[in-house]
Amino acid sequence: MLCSDGKKKLSFCGSIKDGDLVIVYEKRDVMKAVKVCETSVLQNRFGVFKHSDWIGKPFGSKVLSNKGGFVYLLAPTPELWTLVLSHRTQILYIADISFLITYLEIVPGSLVLESGTGSGSLTTSLARAVAPTGHVYTFDFHQQRAASAREDFQSTGVGSVVTVGVRDIQGEGFPDEYSGLADSVFLDLPQPWLAILSAGKMLKQDGTLCSFSPCIEQVQRTCEALKSNFRDIRTFEVLLRTFEVHEGKMDSCQGNEGLSVGSPPCKRRQRSSEGSTVQDSSSSPTIKARPCADARGHTGYLTFSRLKCLS
Amino acid sequence: MSQNNIQSNSIQNPRVTWEGCSVLLDINDGDRLVFARLTAGSTLKIGSKNFSLRPLIGCPFGSSFQIENGTEGLCLCRFVPSTEVDNNDQEKGGSQIMEECRDNRAIVDNNEAQTLTSGDIDEMRRQGVKGDEIIEALIANSATYEKKTTFSQEKYRIKKQKKYAPRVLLRRPSARSICEAYFKKYPHRIGFLRVDALSLLLSLANVTANSDILLVDMVGGLLTGAVAERLGAGTGYVCNTYLGSTPYPVEIVRTFNFDNEICKRIVRAPLRDLCLEQTGTSEIIDASNAELNGQTSSINMEEMSLPSNHEAVDSETIISPQSKMGKPPKAGEKASEEAIKSWKENGFSSLIIAAPDADAWSLAKDLLPLLSYSAPFAIYHQYLQPLATCMHNLQQGKMAIGLQISEPWLREYQVLPSRTHPLMQMSAFGGYILSGTKICSSS
Ligand SMILES: C[S@@+](CC[C@H](N)C(=O)[O-])C[C@H]1O[C@@H](n2cnc3c(N)ncnc32)[C@H](O)[C@@H]1O
Repeated sequence: MLCSDGKKKLSFCGSIKDGDLVIVYEKRDVMKAVKVCETSVLQNRFGVFKHSDWIGKPFGSKVLSNKGGFVYLLAPTPELWTLVLSHRTQILYIADISFLITYLEIVPGSLVLESGTGSGSLTTSLARAVAPTGHVYTFDFHQQRAASAREDFQSTGVGSVVTVGVRDIQGEGFPDEYSGLADSVFLDLPQPWLAILSAGKMLKQDGTLCSFSPCIEQVQRTCEALKSNFRDIRTFEVLLRTFEVHEGKMDSCQGNEGLSVGSPPCKRRQRSSEGSTVQDSSSSPTIKARPCADARGHTGYLTFSRLKCLS
Repeated sequence: MSQNNIQSNSIQNPRVTWEGCSVLLDINDGDRLVFARLTAGSTLKIGSKNFSLRPLIGCPFGSSFQIENGTEGLCLCRFVPSTEVDNNDQEKGGSQIMEECRDNRAIVDNNEAQTLTSGDIDEMRRQGVKGDEIIEALIANSATYEKKTTFSQEKYRIKKQKKYAPRVLLRRPSARSICEAYFKKYPHRIGFLRVDALSLLLSLANVTANSDILLVDMVGGLLTGAVAERLGAGTGYVCNTYLGSTPYPVEIVRTFNFDNEICKRIVRAPLRDLCLEQTGTSEIIDASNAELNGQTSSINMEEMSLPSNHEAVDSETIISPQSKMGKPPKAGEKASEEAIKSWKENGFSSLIIAAPDADAWSLAKDLLPLLSYSAPFAIYHQYLQPLATCMHNLQQGKMAIGLQISEPWLREYQVLPSRTHPLMQMSAFGGYILSGTKICSSS
C-alpha cells in the first residue's frame, strides 16, 4: 500500500504479482480483499476466476471468469481497505478518518500514539500519513485483536511504520518510553478520560490530541479531563451525504392551459400550441442527482485539543 | 519495526519559530487572525499601537503573549498559562451545576453599573498597571458583577480581558489552520473549500509520500500546500497543471513553512506538455511565477480581522514586512523534462481537481488518461450538477469505477457542564466531491 522505498514510486507498482493483495471489485458495495496465489481461484456469483490469469495484468484491469463474468482488480488503498477489512470491532470510516488526520496535523515523520487498535481501520490511514519516516504505535488490551491487526498491517504493507502493542491504556497509560515524544495521540476507548493524563505526558508541547466517542456523556467527561493541561478544546461531528445520479426524462408541466385557474397542476404533456414539429425540450434526457435515502446518521463525536505550552 | 528510531521527525514539523518563519497570529480567541512573517522589523497593530513581533522569534508554537510594561515601554510578552487557575475553574464549573440560583432579574443594563471611568483606566495604564489588574479593578467597581450568574460573570471577565489584556496566540501554519483562517474570512479565495472537504480530497486521492499527484488548483494554492504537506520531502511530486499558458496563482503555498526539499517537490506543467506525444516542453513566460519566487514579500501578510461583538481591541492591523530576511524558497517551478517523461510512461498516482469555475467533465476527460491504472481521483465542486454530469459520463465511458458523489457536513459543539449543544452558527455548505478509481480500458 505504501512505497517506503524512496527509489520507487507508488504509480510504478505496475502489474499484479504472485503474493500481492488485490481488492476485487464487483460493484461499489461488493468488494473483497484477496491475496493473489498462483494456484488459487476466486469463486463468486459470476463464476470461477483463476488467480493465474491475473498475474502480469495491470492493477485496475477487468478480469473474466470461466462463465464470462467479470470483476475489476484494484490496488489496495486505506480507503478501500476500510471497506473490505474484517470487522472485529466497530470501526472508523472515511469522513471521521480524513478529518481527524488533517485536524491532528499528521504529516510524514510524525510520531503518533493510538488506542485502541480495534480492527485497524484508522491505523491504516494513520500509517499512510506518517510514512515513510514517522511511526504509529498502536495499543489494544485485547491480545487476539492486536495479533490480527498485526497480521493485517503486514499483508496491507503498512507494517514497517506501525507497531502494535498489547496494553491496558486506560489502566496503565501509554508506555513511558514515548514521554514527550508524540506529535499526536488518538483515543477510541470506552472511557477516554482515564487516558488523558497519560496522553498529556506523551505529547510534545502544542501536540495534538483527538478522542472519538459515540456518546455525548463520554465527550462531556473527556472535556472535563482535558481542561487543566489542554487548550483549543473543540468537539465536532462530521458526516457525509451521498448522492445517486440518474439519467431520465423530465416532463414539463406547461400545457395549453398554462397557469389558468382550475386546470390540474400537471396535465399530461402536450405539444406546444404553436404547433411546430420541433421536439419538445422537456423530452430530452437530463442527468439528475438526489441524496441517497440511507445514510450513516451518527458515528461519534471527535474532540480535539492541544497540549498547553508551559515552558 | 524494531530498528525504527523513536525520535524520527521533525525537521518537517518544527515546534519553535525562527527569524523569517511564517506564523498565524490568533488574537483574542479567533476574533482576529493574522498571517505574518516573523522578522526583526515586523509589527502587529493592537488597539492604536504597533507592537514589534521580535519577542515571538524563538518561541514555541502554541505559546501566548500579552501586552506588558517592559523596559522599553509596552511590548508583547510571553505569558504562560498556569494549570492551577484552570483547576479552580473546574471547581467553579462543578458548583455551578448544582447551585446556580442567581438569575438576571435584578440586573438593569445602564452605564452606571461601572464606577471606573475610561479616564481612570487611562490613568492606571499610564502608571503601568497591568491589564489583568485593570480587569480586577473593573470587577471590584462593578455594581452588578456579584449579582450576575457564574456564566455571565465569566462572560464579563472575558469581554474585559479582550479589551484591556488582549492575548496573541502563536499558531503554526498548517493545512488545517490555513484552511480554517481563509474559510472564516475569505472563503471565496479558496473556493469555499471547508477543512473537512479538503481532508476528504487528500484521503480520497490517496495522498502519501513518494507519490506523484496531479492537481488542478484554482483555490489559491491551498490545495497545493495541503498536498505538499502530506507528501513531505522524498521522491514524490505535486504537479499543478493548467490550461493555456498562465499557471493559476498559488500564493497560499508560501504561508506554509516548507523547506527547500519540499518546495522542490512542488512543480507545474501546462496541460499540453503533459499530453504531448513527444517529450519536450513548450516554453512559456508567466507573471505569477515571479510572484511565487518571492519578489513580492507583502503578500504573506494577510490580515484577517473578524468583526467581534465585544468592545473589540480595534480594527486596523498593519504588518510591515520591511525586512529583506526570510526570502521564501521557490516552489512551483516548471516540472523537469525528466519528470514529465516519467509521468508519461507511468502515469500519475492520483488526481485532485478543485476548479470552482471550470467544468468538471471537460477537465476529467483530459486528465484521467494521465493517471496510472487503478489510480484514485477526487474532484471538488461548489455545484452538484457538473459533478453529476461528470459522473454519468465517466460511467458511460467506462473510464472509472467506485464513483461516488458526497457532500461533507460538519457541526461543532459547545461542551460545558449541563450546557452542551451544537453551536448556533454552522457552515451549511461544504461543496461536493466526486471520487472514483480509474480503470484499465483494454481488457
Ligand atoms: C471501537 S474499537 C477501535 C476501532 C478502531 N478505531 C478502528 O478504526 O478500527 C475500540 C478498541 O479499544 C480496545 N480497548 C478498550 N478498552 C481498552 C483499554 N483499556 N486499553 C486498550 N485498549 C482498549 C478494544 O479492545 C477495542 O478493540
